[in-house]
Amino acid sequence: MSSILWIKNGRVIDPANKRDGTGDLYARDGVIVDSLSESELKAAEVIDAQGAVVCPGLVDIHVHLREPGQTHKEDIASGTRAAAAGGFTTIVCMPNTSPVGDNPGTIRRINDSITRNAIVNVYPTGCLTVEMKGEQLAPIGSLKNEGIVAVTDDGLCVQNNEIMRRAVEYARMFDLPVMDHCQDASMTQGAVMNEGYWSLKLGLKGWPSAAEDLIIARNVVFSRQFDAHIHMQHVSSAYGVDIIRRAKKRGIRVSGEATPHHMYFTDECCKDYDPVFKMNPPLRTEEDRQAVIEGVLDGTLEVIATDHAPHTADEKDNEFDIAPFGIIGLETALAASLEVLVHSGRCDLSFLIARMTHMAAEILNLPAGTLSTGAKADITLFDPDAEIVVDPDQFHGKSTNCPWNGKRLKGKVLRTIVAGKTVWDGNQITAQ
Amino acid sequence: MNELIANWTRKDLISIESLTREEIDTVHALAKHFKEIMATNPASLPSLRGRTILNLFIEPSTRTRIAFEIAAKRLGADVTLVEQAASSLTKGESLRDTAQVVEALQADTVVLRHSAAGSPLYLSKILNVPVINAGDGAHEHPTQALLDTFTMREKLGQSLEGKKITILGDILFSRVARSNIFALNKLGASVTLSGPATLVPDGFRQLGVEVDLDLKSALADADVVMLLRIQHERQTSTHFPSLGEYKSLYGLNQERASWLKPDAIIMHPGPVNRGVELDSSLADSNRSVILQQVANGIFNRMAVIYLCMAANNKNLISE
Ligand SMILES: [Zn+2]
Repeated sequence: MSSILWIKNGRVIDPANKRDGTGDLYARDGVIVDSLSESELKAAEVIDAQGAVVCPGLVDIHVHLREPGQTHKEDIASGTRAAAAGGFTTIVCMPNTSPVGDNPGTIRRINDSITRNAIVNVYPTGCLTVEMKGEQLAPIGSLKNEGIVAVTDDGLCVQNNEIMRRAVEYARMFDLPVMDHCQDASMTQGAVMNEGYWSLKLGLKGWPSAAEDLIIARNVVFSRQFDAHIHMQHVSSAYGVDIIRRAKKRGIRVSGEATPHHMYFTDECCKDYDPVFKMNPPLRTEEDRQAVIEGVLDGTLEVIATDHAPHTADEKDNEFDIAPFGIIGLETALAASLEVLVHSGRCDLSFLIARMTHMAAEILNLPAGTLSTGAKADITLFDPDAEIVVDPDQFHGKSTNCPWNGKRLKGKVLRTIVAGKTVWDGNQITAQ
Repeated sequence: MNELIANWTRKDLISIESLTREEIDTVHALAKHFKEIMATNPASLPSLRGRTILNLFIEPSTRTRIAFEIAAKRLGADVTLVEQAASSLTKGESLRDTAQVVEALQADTVVLRHSAAGSPLYLSKILNVPVINAGDGAHEHPTQALLDTFTMREKLGQSLEGKKITILGDILFSRVARSNIFALNKLGASVTLSGPATLVPDGFRQLGVEVDLDLKSALADADVVMLLRIQHERQTSTHFPSLGEYKSLYGLNQERASWLKPDAIIMHPGPVNRGVELDSSLADSNRSVILQQVANGIFNRMAVIYLCMAANNKNLISE
């Protein structure tokens, strides 16, 4: 007996296929189909999508699920529930777990847990270097055999240029993109927030944007030299955006991501020393914030990714200097991005959805992000105008380190469907 | 005086930046009052008898700790000291632990010295008793700025309007510099910062001060030159080559002091690196007001403790 889905009268936005209009969407056995027969229509599960946007399930290529090793912060079950509640059907998890994903056994263990516990699609990444120490290449070929979709030492950045050069060359052999967390560590020793007016005033150790720009520039050099794809994670500085923009104009294979928080907040948010605004890279100036938004709008940063980084309340409730970097983002990404980009009038819905669906998938060659006939029926329904009040206590992940706490945003995820099955119905998780 | 005290509504002293000019004036007026009383009747004032003040020094500082201790005792309070010699950053002494210590000891007021900027603000939000910042990281050292500006007013006259104050040395890592910049701006003085570019970033201009890396012009016309302690080992090792080079470029010696106006005064929060930022002969000269600063530190801290405790407990005033 086949399972049949009929989503009626929604505003279907599928940027990969340049579709935007009111209509119906059909799926059979977890796959998008063009049409259904009369008898199938009668047997179908019908979802009335009147007033809702129906789009491909959202894709986030930068998520920390903390499993194995730090499951008090998050695990694959809780993290994928948070993803589902945020409208994401496909996420990519970072390898800075404990142990780190620098060996086939750990990747296999992660994949086993994904099979057992994930309620959305999860793809693992592997480390660039052994123990993420930046000294010796990880067995990238063996990791690829276990199914990684990219290599990254995210959280850290390979400082040694010779090692980075070899990593880029080597990963290219396996057609694996290199994702880099761009940070010159020698310039950020003890730094906890952006270097500028606010760090001077607050007496907190400043983190210059040059520390990010230098590594972005290095990566551009290697990408050009080896014709390798290097993806710059969470770009936060105006000049960094500009370096990527100019590199792309010359046909260099670099890509970049913007996070909702770097598009939304500035370093002024740190003025009360609240560690919920402590993140890596740090929140920067209004000029940087605008440049990141411009980078998204002109295609320099082709994808929005959350860098969802759960930490417990105890860990965050500390001196700004001591508290860990990072915030969660899966359950606020859509509403926050809508506010900055769409409700502000800077782009239309289709433009934003593209950055959160097929363009994200294409960076890492993931089979996701479209409603094409024959594609997996991963679908998100949301109301872009419904107001929500952000309450991390109602979130589905394990951690609540959310800087939007208490804020009113517009954009509510009404339903998340993975392979034709509803995993989030707008109120609760419905997957087993 | 009682009216001034009644108008003070802050239970905490966290920063100079958050104070109004009137509040600075209030501290100074009360400090002056205490100074006059102590001159004629050095016996303790009984105002805070039976109260306990907790000196919580997570980051060590002998001078500031003793100044607060004397100030509290002159007001009749008991003082309990908790010191944590090791850095909280490495030992994991969290602010929550700190708050629990305060509550367990049932202190009436906490004087907090901490290496983490923002820690007194955090503590003040969770405690009902006054929190007085005795220096938080590179953020602020408000009582130091209060005693510094008090001393300037004694020497230059009540109005600092239009006076030129030059602060010389490690501005970047200095909480004393930050608090003094905020205080002097509020009091209408003009502030010039000088020192090596790595320690005196241009960005400070955004706080409404001059940055003048040329020592001669920075010192010219100054009514006050305030020197900061240079600690090459601490935080600044990548910021300038050596103490010797610092001394040769920026150390205040007799020759450079001749660039100052004849009546300009020399200040230093102490302890002085004699022969580095300041020559001994100048430190001990009659241009130096370093010892007056120390003495005034007691009266200003008495004023701050008294005002904050009175704001938190109105009964203190009528007693
Ligand atoms: Zn990162």
